[in-house]
Amino acid sequence: MIRAPFRPLEDFAPPREYRLLPLRFERLYGEEYLVTNDVGEYVVIERGELEKFVARRLEPDSDTYRALKARHFLFDNASDVALDLLTIEVRSRAERIAEFTGLHIFVVTLRCDHSCQYCQVSRQSVDRGRFDMSEVHADKAVEFAFRSPNLNIKIEFQGGEPLLSFAIIRRVVERAREINEAAKRNLRFVIASTLHHLTEEILSFCKEHGVDLSTSIDGPTDLHDAQRRSPGGESHHRTVEGIARARRVLGHDRVAALMTTMPASLPRVEEIIDEFVKLGFHSIFLRGLSPYGFAARSLVHRYGVEDWLDFYRRGLAHVLRVNAAGYVLREDYTTILLQKIFSPLGASYVDLQSPAGIGIGGIVYNYDGAVYASDEGRMLAEMGDDSFRLGHVDTSTYEDIVTSGALVAPLGDTILECMPMCNDCAFLPYCGSDPVFHRATQEDTIGHKAFSAFCSKQMGMLRHLITLLETDPAARQILLGWV
Amino acid sequence: MLLKLSARGLRPLGTTSSAPFIVRLVEDATPSVSSADHEALLLREPEAVPAPGFRAYLFGRVTSAASVSDAYVLGPEHDYVQPGDVVRIDPRRSSLTSLHRAGSPFNTFLVTERCDNYCTMCSQPPKPHDDGWLVDDLERAVPLISPDAAEIGISGGEPALLGDRLVRLLRLMREHLPRTAVHVLSNGRGFSDPAFARAVADVRHPDLMLGIPLYADLPELHDYVVQAEGAFDETVRGILNLKRARVRVEVRFVIHRDTFGRLPDFARYMARNLTFIDHVALMGLELVGFARSNMETLWVDPVDYQRELVDAVVALERAGMPVSIFNHQLCTLDRRLWPFARKSVSDWKNVYFDECVACAQRDACGGFFASSSLRRSRGIRAMPANETATP
Repeated sequence: MIRAPFRPLEDFAPPREYRLLPLRFERLYGEEYLVTNDVGEYVVIERGELEKFVARRLEPDSDTYRALKARHFLFDNASDVALDLLTIEVRSRAERIAEFTGLHIFVVTLRCDHSCQYCQVSRQSVDRGRFDMSEVHADKAVEFAFRSPNLNIKIEFQGGEPLLSFAIIRRVVERAREINEAAKRNLRFVIASTLHHLTEEILSFCKEHGVDLSTSIDGPTDLHDAQRRSPGGESHHRTVEGIARARRVLGHDRVAALMTTMPASLPRVEEIIDEFVKLGFHSIFLRGLSPYGFAARSLVHRYGVEDWLDFYRRGLAHVLRVNAAGYVLREDYTTILLQKIFSPLGASYVDLQSPAGIGIGGIVYNYDGAVYASDEGRMLAEMGDDSFRLGHVDTSTYEDIVTSGALVAPLGDTILECMPMCNDCAFLPYCGSDPVFHRATQEDTIGHKAFSAFCSKQMGMLRHLITLLETDPAARQILLGWV
Repeated sequence: MLLKLSARGLRPLGTTSSAPFIVRLVEDATPSVSSADHEALLLREPEAVPAPGFRAYLFGRVTSAASVSDAYVLGPEHDYVQPGDVVRIDPRRSSLTSLHRAGSPFNTFLVTERCDNYCTMCSQPPKPHDDGWLVDDLERAVPLISPDAAEIGISGGEPALLGDRLVRLLRLMREHLPRTAVHVLSNGRGFSDPAFARAVADVRHPDLMLGIPLYADLPELHDYVVQAEGAFDETVRGILNLKRARVRVEVRFVIHRDTFGRLPDFARYMARNLTFIDHVALMGLELVGFARSNMETLWVDPVDYQRELVDAVVALERAGMPVSIFNHQLCTLDRRLWPFARKSVSDWKNVYFDECVACAQRDACGGFFASSSLRRSRGIRAMPANETATP
């Protein structure tokens, strides 16, 4: 113990009376409760401790008191700097809203030679004029993109198969780079493609302009080829070949891949992950099916949230085994959730924001010049629901579009802190709004969360992830490395 | 090498001034226009009669040739002085104090000994008396210092207690030493006044950093370590105000028995709340001042907190925060921490032990404070050149 004139630790003990700061809680497992605050700090404590805490009976020298205090769950008359820090954190996390639209999706064509079971939009037509973006619309869309004040502009080319309309991609990239000489944004491009139509000309263009590639690999050859049908088959073989060629020219890390989970994928998650490892990828995005598109009605009901969660849990366990064996592999959606949990700034992923990222996180310029608030919004339109159509590049100004009722109304509706059932959910700081999903499934942008598959899926994944972080130290070490 | 930067022993050779004065040492025996005001001629081997026209004369040995006033023979502890050094000569006390050593990268201005904290491990225990003369001296010294000086530290006591005088000193340094980095060691509490933080920012010093200690993620623990209620809140608010005003801030954490246990919690708190900090410095305990008198309570062998230190460094590193470890010998550190260890012990106070003679890592290692001989880590040993194992 320290000697006079120094005063002992006890002299500085905090007052026993403390006040609570805003918090939410939820049973995590057994008697353990997850307690979170508005900026995503969390503790997991036993029910008895939680009761003592809210009854203001915690001992200041207990571990629970200290953990809660250091994470801004309580303050007292001796120290209230937690309020200043919370304020800053709230503002920092919300700053992204003011940055405005960063992701600009260009649907350069709907044409595609694949007929994937789960595809929402593609057309087999060879009628170029009808399903390709025109030069006039492409030019206007590029100008729209640069109206966004965001310092980071990412232009993503989608389809159909965008490489079937490469002339428009070339035009957009060159035009954007021209504008950017004065605009000076951090400008990035990515093409989402099967890579079957990757010519040397396209590759050298990508290299010259720093264009990244993203492709789909649904798993081992038989699974992939069954889900992603192409003329002459061999979709898997030809995509793998495309990956190899792209890596040779652009560099290994410039090609990403993701997968879509079909009913046939469910029992095979380990094989799917091993396929990504075999192909030398260091990340995999385990994606569930969306309730949109031609096949949606017949497909989405073929597996439910529990099937998906089982798939995800087994998948994550396998990814962790792969890491433990020394191969670095991240699951992208888990990484997004981990960023929301551990990074003071959260994550920029547009599909998990509050208010929703529609329009203000990402925006879609469709092949016909129509502007949609999100990729799913344009798919909903293909099903006949135009709720998320914001305007058209021919007839709307930028101001028309970003202030349109079709955008502003759902944004106002999708602030989690104000949404029924979300507002007192402990997972709120790690979640986001999906108005398009709820519009598609419940004909309402907010929806009733008790009947929301989005909600069950999010809660199931977060519950699993946080339990893993709290109960499996080896998994925690690997997961923290992904943030 | 251990230098005594303020030592008596000057021997006057004739008449002297009565009041202390500040001079820059020169070896060119031709006086310039300003020599009479603030230059002292340094002659190790005085031969001829020195030219008149200097404010003072410092000789390496007794010479009979001196008819000038303020001529002194240097004492045995003044051996280290070099041309370019700026010193304070106090004729009454026969003392010479180095204010700035031109040849050293470790120059610090002690601007006050007053402090509003009373840290249990303070290496420079505070004194309550009015010592405004310290800044008076420094204000005179700054214009004499070579603008080639790489870095100057400002330390105390608590420099922020100077208020506007600190701002003025920084402005003076910006004007006379625009290429010299300035590192101010402050407890940060004074900057809980946003206007004061802005005043420092408004100096627009081109290379200024404030080093501010924070010892815990909990107010009660930090306040105990610094022995002042409310200090934690003021320090954190000070850091926030300085960063708002765009002043660079380094947070310093001294590791001892009262602080090491929450080192991982502290790192988590930093990564979450103060991610925008420019540098985190994790420092070993220097056994001087109060740390020496409280040694029995505060000392913990570095080998006993390696787990906490690794946890903290990993967490800060993951958050993208620049982190360094100071005052630790490599042989006491987990191998994973070596890339973060900085060789930093000031030249005038570092020593090496017997084990170090045979150690192949000696050149990469910071060595010890002279005070380290009071307590030795169990980890001290000579290491081979290809050391890779975790100690």
